[in-house]
Order: sequence, then structure tokens, then C-alpha cells
Amino acid sequence: MQGNEACMEGALAAGCMLFAGYPITPATEIAELMARRLPQAGGIYVQGEDELASLGIVLGASASGWKAMTATSGNGICLMQEEIGYAAMTEIPCVIVDAQRAGPGTGIATKSMQGDVYQVRYGSNADYSIIALAPSSPQEMFDLTIEAFNYAESYRTPVFILSDEIVSHMRERVTIPAPEKIRLVDRKKPEVPPEQFVPFRAPSPDGVPPMPSFGDGYALPISSFARTETGRPVTDYQSQTRLVQRLWDKIEKHADSIAMVETEGMEDARAAVLSYGSVARAAKDAARKMRLQGKPVASMRLITLWPFPDERVRDLAKRVKTIFVPEMNVGKMVREVERVAGKYADVVSLPKLGVDIHTPAEIQQAVERMFS
Amino acid sequence: MNAKRKDVDGSKEPKHPVLKHFREDSPGTPHLWCPGCGVGQVWHYTTRAIEELGLDENKVLWVGGSGCTGRMCTYWHKDFFHTLHGRALSFATGVKLARPELTVLVHSGDGECVAIGGNHLIHAARRNVDVTLIAVNNFNYGMTGGQFSPTTPLSVYTATSPFGNPEEAFNLSGLMREAGATYIARWTTVHARQVINAIKKGIQNKGFSFVEILAQCPTQYGRRNKLGGAVQMMEWLKSNSVLKEKAEKMSPEELKGKFILGELYSATKPEFSEYMRAMASEAARKAEDG
Repeated sequence: MQGNEACMEGALAAGCMLFAGYPITPATEIAELMARRLPQAGGIYVQGEDELASLGIVLGASASGWKAMTATSGNGICLMQEEIGYAAMTEIPCVIVDAQRAGPGTGIATKSMQGDVYQVRYGSNADYSIIALAPSSPQEMFDLTIEAFNYAESYRTPVFILSDEIVSHMRERVTIPAPEKIRLVDRKKPEVPPEQFVPFRAPSPDGVPPMPSFGDGYALPISSFARTETGRPVTDYQSQTRLVQRLWDKIEKHADSIAMVETEGMEDARAAVLSYGSVARAAKDAARKMRLQGKPVASMRLITLWPFPDERVRDLAKRVKTIFVPEMNVGKMVREVERVAGKYADVVSLPKLGVDIHTPAEIQQAVERMFS
Repeated sequence: MNAKRKDVDGSKEPKHPVLKHFREDSPGTPHLWCPGCGVGQVWHYTTRAIEELGLDENKVLWVGGSGCTGRMCTYWHKDFFHTLHGRALSFATGVKLARPELTVLVHSGDGECVAIGGNHLIHAARRNVDVTLIAVNNFNYGMTGGQFSPTTPLSVYTATSPFGNPEEAFNLSGLMREAGATYIARWTTVHARQVINAIKKGIQNKGFSFVEILAQCPTQYGRRNKLGGAVQMMEWLKSNSVLKEKAEKMSPEELKGKFILGELYSATKPEFSEYMRAMASEAARKAEDG
């Protein structure tokens, strides 16, 4: 099964009821497959007039109680940034697939790059947090799409599936479990009657307010103005700080539980290769080859990119002398690695600027220089 | 709406008839509109239309974006969706698809719905999604200080056209007819009863309804073009308006600079969310039959 197809299957398994999108390479297959499969499952496919409309439609459906998603590439994310910031501020759950392609600008529509890792995190105005997951196989396009919906519902946030052209178009065997074996999460609904309901008060320590839908009788005030817990627009320092801090903390303070990381060869490792997405396939392969040759090289694959899994990377840094970070961009996530690991280990960036993925041999060569 | 504070204080002063629809915890209570602004009148007319139709207010969603008109939804005491500048119709479309039983009302100003939101406007009309767009056209961007908009007439003065507006104005209702709206009416703030009826008909129309209301903006547009205060501006709107029936008998020269009012168009076409749902159940049936 193709990566994009697995993503569509994952969305259906998660209970996605609406997909709105604008065709773009290399994400288009998700839209095409959704157009056929979603109505058959009782859902709705909408082709937006552009990316802004598409995510707007998704957010309208989600605020009305449906699980909804869109899929695009980096250029489409540029257009969606306005709605992404709105979703973060108003805490409307949504899933956004970014099948990254080479850029900047129109770039190369049919070739891969991992250039959007900061765009999805910091692209909209001012301060907020989001969750981003980086699949590296069609199986993970399925699994992580379900997880993305679960996170979106749990934390009331946009969740990105940061695929790339390689993973989106790759074909591999995908195992789809029976529906009863799939863990699904739905957003918390208010447990109080409308007259006692405070729209943006988070009674539980997770900082996530319960969310009724339009039409449920809760007089829901949704606006991206800075607001009090009641939804009243405000302009004062305290209210702004309280709100933005909560939006940040509800995700960042749960970074450890959101963190999904895959490691290999951690015992006695002296070096490590840290990677994500398609590049992780080559990185893992390179590390295995070196271990077979008796060189203690671990591999760490970040499945959760944002919030950045500080604890796990710090733990790795304390074990090894050097961390190599191959990625298909000028060296972006490596900055996060340096921030967390710099005190304990040397951090070496191995950038490639898209189109061709790193070969295991390239990564191996770079790492082996350390041993020579 | 200044009566609001007194009502809250338990005063015996009579309540303003729309106060019961007004959100208790609204921003800058009573509201932020300038004295004499037409937006407040449209707020009133909208609640009257809802009352007269006897709608369950928990099933009426007000949607808006930015600007003076975009703010209207934030004062509605039930569900509101204050979205992004120009995007109100996209969000509204998503709501209608997921919750077709809701009455979805969008208030947009001329800047919002035809400049930054122009693309969404024509496509919402083309899809004939069951949303009523109440477009308050006051010929300029009021909130940001009175810059020219796509409906500002040629050569008039605004904050960004100090030598006269160099652009021709859009004919919104004409645009909507071409785009596929199935109910189109145009009135002014002076025409209270006609506006209420048009909003009611818009809500009852199963499809995309476009109710354009020409409104006075004495603070910005009126001041710069020496059109006087609110009352004089409403006189100006009235005296420059011609009913559709009369306009049909007038020459293009006679109609120059005139606003043509009335119920301009209505049609019956498949509604988007209904069509989508029918398509889905048919697709599901075929899928089950293999």
C-alpha cells in the first residue's frame, strides 16, 4: 500500500468524517482516495477553492463535532498558516498532513525535502504550540494518522503529519488491525449544564477545556481574540499571559508523554545517529551496519518532532560522545538537538538539500571518521 | 443599548427590545460601534427576523470575520463563530456540512466579503450552500479608519484615496447572481421592514442567500465626503435608491449613481450539504451492495 493511501485508511479508522483539501503534489492521492472512500463511509469530501478555505471548512466541521482533516504540501501550509494559528488559539482539533516537497517556492513538486519542520511549528503569528509527527513508512502513515486524531482530540490542537514525498509515495506492506483493536480518543465534552459552563476553563490539570459543539445549547463563543475563560475579549497583560501560557503549557508540559522515539543499539553506544522521517530509514541502516562491524553506534528516530522530546534526546546525549543528525534540509532539527544535547555531547549536522535522500554509506562515512 | 447597564443594575427603565439577545459578557459593553453606525441597525433587524420566524436560538449560529460588521456575531448570546478576516464563509460551510440542522448566518462587511474574502464569496454562492450572508455595505473599511474598499464608488474620498478613489466599485448583487446565489436582495438601513423580511426569506431559502444592506458610516465615509451625520446619510441612501421595478423602466443615464433595491433574484437549485449527504448515502449503499 502507498503511504498516502495508508494515511487515508488511518483517517477512516480514526473516524474522520470530513476531508477538505486543495490538490497539490505530493499529497494529492490522499484527496483522491478520500473523495471515493469518505462518502462510502458516510462522510464528506470537499474540494476547497484554495488552502485557506479548505482548512476553514475543516475547522467549521470540527467545531460542529466532527473529526476532520486536510492534506497539502509545504506551499499549501504557507497559505494555511492563518487558519493554523486560528485553530491553535481557538483550540479546535484538526489533523493536517504536510507531504513535504523540495523548495523553497514552487521548488520541485515531485521530490522530497524535510524543509517544513519549523514552518509547521512556528509558521503562524505569535506564540502557540502544536504537535507534529514524522512517519517513516506507509505503516506509520496509517498508525500515526490515528495517533494524530487522538492527540488532536486530547489536546484540542492542530496535529501535523510531517510526511515527505518519499514516505507519501513509498509502497510497502501495511497491516490494518481490526477496528476493536484500535484505540480511539474523542474530545472531552462538558459535564455541567449550559448555565454552569465556562467555555475556556480547564478543570483538569491537563489544561484542556471540555469542548461542546455548535448546536449543543452551550452558547459557545469561539473567537481568536485574546480572551478570558468565559470567552470575553480582553487586552490586558494578565489575561493574555494566562491564555497564551496555557496554550503553550497544555502541549509543552506533556512533551514526555507525547514523545514517541525509537532507539536501537543504545547499550555501550559511543556515537549515535539521530534522524526522522524518510532519512531515518537510511540512518538506521547505517547504524546497524556499523554495529555489525563492531562500532558501537546507536540510532534514535524521532517519531514526535514537536513538542521536541527533550528528555529522550538528553538521555541519549549523556550516553554518547557524538550525535550525528542527518536531515534533508540545511540543518534544522539539529538546532534543537544542540540545545538539549550540546552540554553533554558533540552534535554534528549532516545536511542534504532535498531531492536525493542520504545513502546509508554517506552517513556511515561521516560517522566512521570519528572512529578513525 | 445604553439601557443595558441600567437593566443589569435592576433599574425600572424599559429594556431595549434586542437586549434579550445580547451576550451578557460581551466586549466593550454595550458595543463598539460608533454613534449613528448602520451595523447596529442590522444587528437589530437580524434578531427581529429570528424572532419572527420563531427559531430555536440554540440552533442559530452567527458567524463573522473581522471589521465592524464581522464583530456582530460576538454580541449574539448563543453560539457564535468569530473567524478570520474574509474566511467566514469557509468556516460556515464546514459547519453546515457537519450540522445541517443549524441556521447559519454570516455577517460580513464589504471589505471582508468581497476584497479579502472575494474568492470564498463566489464559491459559497456557486456551491449554493445553505448559509445566509448578510452583507453590510458601507462603502469603506470603517474599523481601520475609512480606507476605500471594492464597493467604494469611483472618485470619492477615503483615508487611502485622498485624491479620489481610482477604482470602479463592484456590483455585489450582480456578482452574486452570476456566481449562483439562489436568493438576492438589496436594501438600505432605512428599509427596516424590508430588511427583516429579506433576512427571513434568506433563512427560509434552502441555499445560498445574499442580503446586501447599504449602510451609513458617518464617522469615516460620511465625514470625508461631507455627507453629514447618520440621519443625513440615511437620507442620502434613500434619495439615491430606486426600486427594482422602477429601475427597469429607467435609462442607464438616469440610473447612474443610483442603488437599485428590492428582491433582485431567486432560484431553486440543489443545496450543497443536502446534495453531499444524498451522494454519501448512495455511495454507501453501492459500497455495501459491492
